[in-house]
Amino acid sequence: MSEGRLRKLIMGDAQADRVVPPSGFTAQLTLFVAGAMAFLAVFALALSLASGRLATRWADELARAATLRINAPAEQRLAQTEAALTILQQTPGVASARALSDAEQAALLAPWFGSSLVLDGLPVPQLIEVIEDDPGYDGTGLRLRLQAEVPGAVLDDHTRWRAPLVDAARALRRLGTVAILLIAGATAAMITLAANAALAANAQVIEVLRLVGALDSYIAHAFIRRFTLRALGGAAAGMALGMIGVWLMPAASNEGGFLTGLGFQGWTWGLPLLIPPLGALVAFVATSRAAKKRLGDLA
Amino acid sequence: MIELENVGYNYGGGELLSDVSVKLAPGSFHFLTGPSGAGKTTLLKLCYGALTPTSGRVRAMNMDVRGLDRDQMAHLRRRVGVVHQDCRFLDHLSVIENIALPLTVAGKDLSQEDANLRELLTWVGLSQRADALPPELSGGERQRAALARSVILSPDVIIADEPTGNVDWDMSQRLLQLLVELNRMGKTILVATHDMSLIRAAKKQVQARVLRISAKQLHQAGADL
Repeated sequence: MSEGRLRKLIMGDAQADRVVPPSGFTAQLTLFVAGAMAFLAVFALALSLASGRLATRWADELARAATLRINAPAEQRLAQTEAALTILQQTPGVASARALSDAEQAALLAPWFGSSLVLDGLPVPQLIEVIEDDPGYDGTGLRLRLQAEVPGAVLDDHTRWRAPLVDAARALRRLGTVAILLIAGATAAMITLAANAALAANAQVIEVLRLVGALDSYIAHAFIRRFTLRALGGAAAGMALGMIGVWLMPAASNEGGFLTGLGFQGWTWGLPLLIPPLGALVAFVATSRAAKKRLGDLA
Repeated sequence: MIELENVGYNYGGGELLSDVSVKLAPGSFHFLTGPSGAGKTTLLKLCYGALTPTSGRVRAMNMDVRGLDRDQMAHLRRRVGVVHQDCRFLDHLSVIENIALPLTVAGKDLSQEDANLRELLTWVGLSQRADALPPELSGGERQRAALARSVILSPDVIIADEPTGNVDWDMSQRLLQLLVELNRMGKTILVATHDMSLIRAAKKQVQARVLRISAKQLHQAGADL
């Protein structure tokens, strides 16, 4: 499409617009469909972004840290801890390793045993916090070496409970993306139906226009412009309502966990602004195809 | 202008026209007559490309109609003014907008053509009815509006299908007068009619040839009308 034709399509031609009779009901339906779909798209987008954020955060934060637990009789504990720390310092991919102090361990246990607990009398294992480097260490290799040299050491890199959570968050994000694609597809289908109905209802008008020498492109543009603008307007309204809805959701909090994080953060508030132009694009393509097919079918 | 060579047309239920050859020379005035259902409208449609012949060849403006794509066909329509039997207006547009429709769809700037439009409306006697909607017009007014629309792009050929079918004698005389004036301006005219008195009236003013369809063939009618 040349620049001139594109400009004409956007700016419009008041005379050309009058040529196709206004169709109130189809117009309202198209507006409603575009609006409802944009509204749903905003939520699908919010869900997708939030679960994406969650997956990244869980994967990142938890993957960076691991815990080495040393279960050994009290007299061997110190020696084994020293040996484990030496091994960890020699392992490539370990950024730092630090034995937790008694006070820190007591703080970790405080929720269960209260703060007045004295650890000395209990066989509490020693914990070593391991911070991974980028790239990380070889978990299997490290385990084998620890097994040989520090029999009481157990390495826990949190994979066991981290993986299903990250998987769930990623699956949610995939669902959000699929929902957005389905919304786009459903919008295209409904606008195609509406455009076909409008073209069929205006068969007489199209015939008269052909008789007086109108090119197919002129007739098609009259319809395409109308449906594209309706989709743009409807989607803009639906997007605005959807964004207000997301904005009214409670802010992310630790108590609410995952659900309250459902929304946009920072620059992602700009993403829903793409919905109306994309909706208009979908309408443009759908109507173009419908008009081309219809006009081509005419004798 | 328009040339039919051994043209045949078949609707699927037997042949309607066969072996029709005729040549409309520039500036000529032709009447096409014959009984109802003989194929007058079909022959006109073949002339302006609304139908393609099942055999033979139609040339319009030196182009083979069969070889034209849809856009070329649209451009041909702008050079051939057609007055349809049932007028074919857009009922949601006013008379003046309907008359200007060929200008609109050709992308012409209507504000520059306003004087021409008004003049044309006066010529067909519809200046008082410019803002009326087509369903509000009488039969004669509709035919005159259709004639005005067919000549707005100043075509070389004007084809009219029963332009006086639904109007009284005075009005048909008026329409004939407009067609005669157009012919005097050098336009090629082809009018389908079964109104013999109209043809007789025309013959007093212009050199009109009469073509008659009978038994699927086109004949040059003699001077016996």
